[in-house]
Amino acid sequence: MKHLLSAADLSRDDALLILDTAQQLAQVADRPIKKLPTLRGRTVVNLFFEDSTRTRISFEAAAKRLSADVINFSAKGSSVSKGETLKDTALTLQAMGADAVVIRHGASGAPHTLAHSGWIEGSVVNAGDGTHEHPTQALLDAFTMRRHLGELEGRRITIVGDVLHSRVARSNVLLLATLGAQVTVVAPPTLLPVGVDTWPCAFSYDLDDALPGSDAVMMLRVQRERMNAAFFPSAREYSRRYGLDLQRMDRLADDAIVMHPGPMNRGLEISAEVADHTRSVIVEQVTNGVSVRMAVLYLLLGGSESALGVAELAEASV
Amino acid sequence: MPTAAFDEGRVRTVLDADDVQRALTRIAHEILERNKGATGVVLLGIPTRGVPLAHRLAERMAAVEGTEIPVGSLDVTMYRDDLRLKPARGLEHTELPETGVDGAVVVLVDDVLFSGRTVRAALDALGDLGRPRAVQLAVLVDRGHRELPIRADFVGKNLPTSTSETVRVALTELDGHDGVVLAEVDSTDEAEPA
Repeated sequence: MKHLLSAADLSRDDALLILDTAQQLAQVADRPIKKLPTLRGRTVVNLFFEDSTRTRISFEAAAKRLSADVINFSAKGSSVSKGETLKDTALTLQAMGADAVVIRHGASGAPHTLAHSGWIEGSVVNAGDGTHEHPTQALLDAFTMRRHLGELEGRRITIVGDVLHSRVARSNVLLLATLGAQVTVVAPPTLLPVGVDTWPCAFSYDLDDALPGSDAVMMLRVQRERMNAAFFPSAREYSRRYGLDLQRMDRLADDAIVMHPGPMNRGLEISAEVADHTRSVIVEQVTNGVSVRMAVLYLLLGGSESALGVAELAEASV
Repeated sequence: MPTAAFDEGRVRTVLDADDVQRALTRIAHEILERNKGATGVVLLGIPTRGVPLAHRLAERMAAVEGTEIPVGSLDVTMYRDDLRLKPARGLEHTELPETGVDGAVVVLVDDVLFSGRTVRAALDALGDLGRPRAVQLAVLVDRGHRELPIRADFVGKNLPTSTSETVRVALTELDGHDGVVLAEVDSTDEAEPA
């Protein structure tokens, strides 16, 4: 597997390999020299067609800690604003010798197109495409949960909020199911996608019901920029029924953790007290993002070929 | 790494369990002798088999000196020069003793010294973790065929080999028994340069 496009492409072995590798790489952050020589001479392009702070910085830090050269490309201020197509942008990157392209795009499936078009030879890593997937976010979430909860087999994870527009929720549901966790998505009916009953998870409209048995609760951002229709009557009503405040947090088990992929709307889906609570691991998620992305870049680019998807290949050749 | 998979006659035992014990005891004493005691000495095993060897050496040194010897492990995967020749692989654990390596005499411990490339990688890895006062190298078996100007300070057994042979070290902690065997490499069983 040369690319990382979807959490669904990861077998259980692949996912555990990434998480275990990230665990070892997390130590690099505590060393006097936070750098490994592994990807020296390789070029990683961050191709961001959508705004992002933490994901882009996280990929940049990860690539730099592995000694790769990083080229940052954002659509704003580039030829894209002059009307350049994805194809021409890709051909430009290929001409510059990109070994990996980390792409974020507003259109679902753009990374898939880039990976399978033949425009570029390097690996493609999906850093969030439209409302489709965000696999490295799911990996860093699983990494964070694993640190606090141990192995995720049988653990109960509740994902709350705008599931309809959330690539984070999609990738998390897929990855957590692969890792054997029991996932429940909770949202108002208008914010659950059609076909959620075919997902490998349970769903509910009632947050208070779902909280008591949860080992981790992940609050999703209300994506105002994608809300072009009235999905709920008012922010206040959403907050009252689906927001996590201190009172609601009391329903959680004592060792349960609170997560949020960021950026947060404090006071909407999560109250400030909960966001800053000792049981909130939101800042840690950002730290872990660098380790997980280092692991992904290393496993995709570090060797003569990718270390991911090896088990499937072996099975296929039997 | 299976050792039982070889046919009789193609495998020669070089060190049996008692020989391994004796070699380690001698190396432990040599380390203490060279460094005039255990003060400032840190043992770092190179995964996989260097790690249990480092712990065994530390036990023996502690028994002689009566003080705890700091032991750790040092994964060199990310520093290898052959990374791009093989598919990427998972990492082993790096764990430094709490004392760190700054100003210490670090003794790297590995099972087999072959091309010297692992040791070169280890020296690079060590340089990113701190600045030891000195670095020494202890190996259970030196099989020759160096490709870099590197030598061991403490050797359990010097073993002349041909490049068509492979040295397999078994340790109780990982393999259930101690021993070193020399075997012919067959085409399906690639030798792993150490």
